[in-house]
Amino acid sequence: MITVNPFSQLAGTVAPILMQVFVIIMIALVIISTLLDIVHKKNVKYFFENAKKAKKSAKKNLSTKEKTSVVLKTIASDIATTSELGAGKRRLAHLLGMYGTILFWAGSVVMIFCYASPSSETPILWPIIWHVGAIMTVVGGSWFWFFLRVDVYSEAFPWYRIIQADLFVLALIACAFFGLIWSFLQSLSLENRWDDTLFLVLFIISNLALFGGVYWSKFAHMFYKPGAAIQKNLAEADGSRDNLPPPADAPEKFGLGIKREEPKHY
Amino acid sequence: MSTFVYMTRCDGCGHCVDICPSDIMHIDETIRRAKNIEPNFCWECYSCVKACPNHAIDVRGYADFAPMGHSVRVRREEEKGTISWKIKFRNGTEKDFVSPITTKPWGKFIPKLSEADKPNQGEINSETLYSEPKSLNTKKDLPTINKNSFKKGVYY
Repeated sequence: MITVNPFSQLAGTVAPILMQVFVIIMIALVIISTLLDIVHKKNVKYFFENAKKAKKSAKKNLSTKEKTSVVLKTIASDIATTSELGAGKRRLAHLLGMYGTILFWAGSVVMIFCYASPSSETPILWPIIWHVGAIMTVVGGSWFWFFLRVDVYSEAFPWYRIIQADLFVLALIACAFFGLIWSFLQSLSLENRWDDTLFLVLFIISNLALFGGVYWSKFAHMFYKPGAAIQKNLAEADGSRDNLPPPADAPEKFGLGIKREEPKHY
Repeated sequence: MSTFVYMTRCDGCGHCVDICPSDIMHIDETIRRAKNIEPNFCWECYSCVKACPNHAIDVRGYADFAPMGHSVRVRREEEKGTISWKIKFRNGTEKDFVSPITTKPWGKFIPKLSEADKPNQGEINSETLYSEPKSLNTKKDLPTINKNSFKKGVYY
């Protein structure tokens, strides 16, 4: 199953061009919904106004080289390894879900656009990337949803309470989960048996919920967060620091140095 | 006035929810980030501001002077054991302070008052508080001030 391209098998019943049009519509939905979200929340306007304000209180002017270095460091640390989540379970779950999703989506696009016809031979790497990505997404997403959600972890709400903020993570888990089951059923060559078709329909519906629900879900946070991290690190580098005090110039272990405990004291 | 959250900075870790003594910092149901659900009940204790690992919480100033550029922000560095403050005044004056962290771990060092001896009348009338002067670690009596040294018009 893991080495078989499920889309080339599907091409027997659904024309590859239809699959490609579906992917393009999903990408268009993400772009349009994110733009609508930006207009509605005015967050990008706020972001640039804030950056202008920060520039006024900057202690030094950063050269292009310095700025590039800050941006590269941010990409390597804050974005690629989500360092703001600290060392712990939340970061691990997030990294699993993030890289799983990237692999899953990259695998989907390549297999649908390059190897979707029944006659084409898919290099073994792409189906493996797609399946491993889907498994990582399910594991990371479920770990977060069942055990690490802040409203369950810190507010003591029951794990089965579903709120609007769950739309993104649940749709993402559903996409990867139904995709895996559908791929497994495809590999059994069931000749479009009812369960094969059912999981294909569920896979399509979960994709529609994920990409069609961008305006109402947390999907767009993956575009905003990197921007905010870059702005934060640039503000640290130019000395404006968003009005924060500089790092303390104090003797080692000035105070108790108490570490934050897990926020579970409800 | 009250605390508010920079949504792009917040990562929904829950530390502010955990520490707020008024139980008004909660998690938003739409974006799973922290928010102050009852700004009127915030008494600006700055607990959440200090607890936030991402400096995502700030305190909104009063409307008459907030637009004039004042700011009170804090950086907690637990590896150094420091709390640093930057106070920016409306006239542009900036003041930086650094203090040691004196917070104790949750649930520890709670005085077991019910197990302690009942205070006698002399202790009740005394100016020293419970467990003083022992708890002050001064190993001597509290310093006293000669009341004659007070300026005229001040009587105790």
